[in-house]
Amino acid sequence: MGYQQHFRVWRGDAEGGELVDFDAEVNEGEVVLDVIHRLQATQAPDLAVRWNCKAGKCGSCSAEVNGRARLLCMTRMSTLDPNETVVVTPMKTFPVIRDLVCDVSYNYVKAREVPAFVPPKGVQPGDYRMQQVDVERSQEFRKCIECFLCQDVCHVIRDHDENKESFSGPRFLMRVAELDMHPLDAAAEQGIDRKQDVQDDHGLGMCNITKCCTEVCPEHIKITDNALIPMKERVADRRYDPFFPITKLFRRQR
Amino acid sequence: MTTTSPAPRTGVDGRGRVAIGPRTLRTDRWWLSPLLTFLGLSAFVIYGLVRTAMQQHYWVAEYHYLTPFYSPCMTMSCIPESAHFGRPFPEFPPLIPYAIIGLPFLLLFRLTCYYYRKAYYRSFWLSPPACAVTEPHRTYSGETRFPLVTQNVHRYFFYVAVIITAINTWDAILAFGGEDGFGIGLGNLILVINVILLWAYTLSCHSCRHAVGGRLKHFSKHPVRYRLWTWVTKMNTRHMEFAWVTLGTLVLTDAYIALLSAGVISDTRIFN
Repeated sequence: MGYQQHFRVWRGDAEGGELVDFDAEVNEGEVVLDVIHRLQATQAPDLAVRWNCKAGKCGSCSAEVNGRARLLCMTRMSTLDPNETVVVTPMKTFPVIRDLVCDVSYNYVKAREVPAFVPPKGVQPGDYRMQQVDVERSQEFRKCIECFLCQDVCHVIRDHDENKESFSGPRFLMRVAELDMHPLDAAAEQGIDRKQDVQDDHGLGMCNITKCCTEVCPEHIKITDNALIPMKERVADRRYDPFFPITKLFRRQR
Repeated sequence: MTTTSPAPRTGVDGRGRVAIGPRTLRTDRWWLSPLLTFLGLSAFVIYGLVRTAMQQHYWVAEYHYLTPFYSPCMTMSCIPESAHFGRPFPEFPPLIPYAIIGLPFLLLFRLTCYYYRKAYYRSFWLSPPACAVTEPHRTYSGETRFPLVTQNVHRYFFYVAVIITAINTWDAILAFGGEDGFGIGLGNLILVINVILLWAYTLSCHSCRHAVGGRLKHFSKHPVRYRLWTWVTKMNTRHMEFAWVTLGTLVLTDAYIALLSAGVISDTRIFN
């Protein structure tokens, strides 16, 4: 049984824009993206929205629904009060291209700044062998669909655009953690110090672990507890623990 | 002719971003959680300051109950029986907590705790007050500068907290032996539950998780540490709950012992 609901959708581009009012039909089982598509079909054919899989796996339709960072395809209309106005806006942290579509190239720049996985010497692709217990920490981070909602909601760059140069955001701090915890990553043998890089080049120290990244992750990755805090502890080993060089002498590094 | 370019747009109004007036478009009660956190933490700090400055009602002689707020009691001002580790320090002037040797470390352990950091950054410093709610500060440097860079020594406060929790455990054990020998009362149960939860909070610490195995690259080569890491990891997912529950049990334990000590109530005895 369908019903009418009021929507306000941000329309505009980098030069400016405004929230535009719409009344749209909502049917049982629909998500916000379905309604946006209905608006395209019936009232605003030039409304721009990025989408692809409609299954919460491609990470394309990231936006903000009533001020909360969400995937449009995973936000059920049944979770919203039929009598409330639903406000749909693009992600605030990134420059807007048009309507609900943002320029997320910041993330690709930061992705390129993370040195890639370094295979051990003499091991060819296809010959990698590792135990499940050793690799499962990294595997959790591989669930990331790169929707960049964590980047959108991280106040370090959301509220302070000037920090974008020195801070890579939770998604790429997690990428460094994924590689640093990988049992076969031989970056150290190539002179790459991921613990130093994550602090100096990617701005881990800027993170104040307020966990918004974890709260919004549609893949439910424990970004803060399993990636950011362990990396902070690894950095503390090196940089802030005066006894670490002594205790290291008695420690097997494997 | 010279022209001046407009100042670069920074902060939440970065260049090209969508310009939306209000601090947030959230319509839920996002302010409730930081408000409750603010009230809860403030209430605990005020209670703790008042109780530790009182210098009385911390020891129940009949049942040998010692409140954790005064443990270890190591000054000549302490009642001799309550000083389980001697009284090497001279008498303290008024208002100075008798357990001054341990309390600052416990305070710093909680102050640098990864959960409490989140809690007070959000609720006291509003950085941010809630997700997708613009913070009021114009600049932000996180934990890169003094004093916040010192949060990174959390592990040392964890080590001290382990020692002090062991002392609290010893206090709880000694409390089974009152003036009339072995006995069990409601106070014993409260002390034991408090100590169990204190251990749960202390051992679920993120620094503990790192120390027991988190820093390893190959779990398979360290099966014992891997097992310990999995246990701590399970507890670590409840670190926030333990952080709040232990604030409650500490207050409950102290208040019960204070009321007993002041003669306001009497202990419910289960055995002897």
